[in-house]
Amino acid sequence: MAETAKTKKIKPPVEEALLTSGHRGCAGCGEALGAKLVMEAAGPNTIATAATGCLEVFSTAFPETAWRVPWIHSLFENSAAVAAGIEACMRNKGMEDINVIAQGGDGGTADIGIGCLSGVLERNQNVLYVCYDNEAYMNTGVQRSGLTPYDARTSTSPPGTESWGNQHQKKNLLAICAAHMIPYAATATVGFPQDLMMKVKKALKIKGAKFLHVHVPCPLGWIYDTKLTIEVARTAVNTGLYPLVEMQFNKVTRVRKIGKTRQPVEDYLKLQGRFKHLFSEAGKEELEKIRQIAQDNIDYYGLE
Amino acid sequence: MRMMIEGSMGVAHMVMLCRPNVVAAYPITPQTHIVENLSAFKADGKLDAEFINVESEFGAASVVLGAVAAGGRAFSATTAQGLLLMGEVLHNIAGMRLPVVINVSNRSISAPISIWNDHSDAITLRDSGWIQLFAEDNQEIADMHPQAWKIGENPEIMLPVMVNMDGFILTHAVETIEIPDQKEIDEFLPPYKPEYFLDVKAPKTFGNLAEPQWYAETRYKLWETLEDSKAVIEKVADEYKAKFGRYLGGLIDTYRMDDAERVFVAMGSMIGTIKDVIDDLRQEGEKVGLLKIRSLRPFPKEKIREVCGDVKELIVLEKAISFGLGGVLQEELRSTFYKHKNQPIISGFVLGLGGRDIPPTTLVKIYEASKGKEILNEFVDLRPEVAPKGSLVTL
Repeated sequence: MAETAKTKKIKPPVEEALLTSGHRGCAGCGEALGAKLVMEAAGPNTIATAATGCLEVFSTAFPETAWRVPWIHSLFENSAAVAAGIEACMRNKGMEDINVIAQGGDGGTADIGIGCLSGVLERNQNVLYVCYDNEAYMNTGVQRSGLTPYDARTSTSPPGTESWGNQHQKKNLLAICAAHMIPYAATATVGFPQDLMMKVKKALKIKGAKFLHVHVPCPLGWIYDTKLTIEVARTAVNTGLYPLVEMQFNKVTRVRKIGKTRQPVEDYLKLQGRFKHLFSEAGKEELEKIRQIAQDNIDYYGLE
Repeated sequence: MRMMIEGSMGVAHMVMLCRPNVVAAYPITPQTHIVENLSAFKADGKLDAEFINVESEFGAASVVLGAVAAGGRAFSATTAQGLLLMGEVLHNIAGMRLPVVINVSNRSISAPISIWNDHSDAITLRDSGWIQLFAEDNQEIADMHPQAWKIGENPEIMLPVMVNMDGFILTHAVETIEIPDQKEIDEFLPPYKPEYFLDVKAPKTFGNLAEPQWYAETRYKLWETLEDSKAVIEKVADEYKAKFGRYLGGLIDTYRMDDAERVFVAMGSMIGTIKDVIDDLRQEGEKVGLLKIRSLRPFPKEKIREVCGDVKELIVLEKAISFGLGGVLQEELRSTFYKHKNQPIISGFVLGLGGRDIPPTTLVKIYEASKGKEILNEFVDLRPEVAPKGSLVTL
């Protein structure tokens, strides 16, 4: 059963950054921070793939690259399958000690790339898939994805006289991945970097398919001041809207309890312009729905 | 070793001898027997490759892309809808200059759904940057696989190669074919050792974003290399002939062309039928020959002009059409001879679509009906209720 998460104190990273500075990511970019931490935890004995999206665009404009590990981008929807091919090749050549990490954004993972993701998980190939979730298609201008939260404003789910924004619930990607009976599936956030790095290291010690969902706030798309990325990320956890969970073979094994740190959902929503339209007399009903989403998470995973 | 086997089995044997590191494929008729045989070899410990059962052809193409980028040799097979689903990845593989080899068991495209043979599937990928080779029989398709890797993996080329065989007509036909020894194939096709691959000891970035100041250069190099590959395709066919004694063409092949005045042009398995028809017509005194297009991409314009000499008429027979333009081979040949001093009359016939039989009698009718005329985009053997007035050859 779920037990209390005790974040181990990991020394600050001393390794040379494998996603170097000088790339074109926005100030305050949660995804750039997430990828940097994932790579630092993984170390240089790693081959990485990436889906089309912000991460690829801001880090690899030819003739430059910000990557100090072998890295490949092919298409939007095949990061997992390209990693599967790399893993198979490494296995065939007896080089199984090399980490293979597939990366994608929320759209590239949960929407257009979910077929390839399901394939690599079902075959239990020795790949760690990392989804950097900034909750919309940021690279193309903040359009709604299957991981956009309820009521969020995006450029294709704008609030209006007949709408409160995105009218669909965020897809439960962790549950989808865990249901493949893989040995490790977890959520993490750039708000808690040590926890994130610990989960990457833990995943890479396990043979088979691993999935890590990383919450990465986006100042541009979520509409907040660039200095608030970590605060926004932590508040998502403390409100119950983004639970930190570890699962093994489809069973919850560990959660981060928020009983002592719990905050009302408004603390999270008010930090961001994408939820601004909810704060009116008419929006009270919608806020109640979001409170219920948080409460359901807390009840389901036993976060209190 | 001589074996009496199905075309698909011959391909599977030859692929195994080429020692791929990774095989990934998704089931689709009529390609299935190739990968079924490969998976059986794997199950019996004969095939030392990882066999990846993927979730789609899109996944299959992506898996072999990753495997080759990691420095391996990789194979997939597909057809028709599967090839179209791979389409986005196939363009990407060519742009990334990864020498993947894919077998296409050519089949018609839906709708209406049809599992039977024509060349509509591969034709749609002709602008993707892949080398596309077409085989006429089961010996040739088997021999084409080691040649394909040898062409694609040439450090000066580094391009993917699509080897095409007619679905059912070749895939499911049992013929006696010669399968070389492992040692002979190892001598012909050494292990793949690319200069650049995903290497933790020398990290490199693959698949960068190219902004306007760089993109065109990558496309120019792709264009230039396809042109350069013409010489390599010929050379590899010659090397194969020297080692194994078998040759059914490099970029093209010819049959009874010496004094030919009228020449059939075609690709794939109908070549065999055409050769028989030519033999019959020759007995009646007709000066007729055959030009087989073995490489659709790169398209061998120079070679075609060279072998056609003073030929008076070309009769192009093809199993595909470019809607809104016309027969693809027909148009390629018309452009081949544009402003050429010996420009033959070129006629184009579309036939064999969706598995419609191509009997010798039909070819004779085409031969007779087209004499001295330029006939374009003529659909052959249409049912009378559909055939336009004045159709030359109807059912």
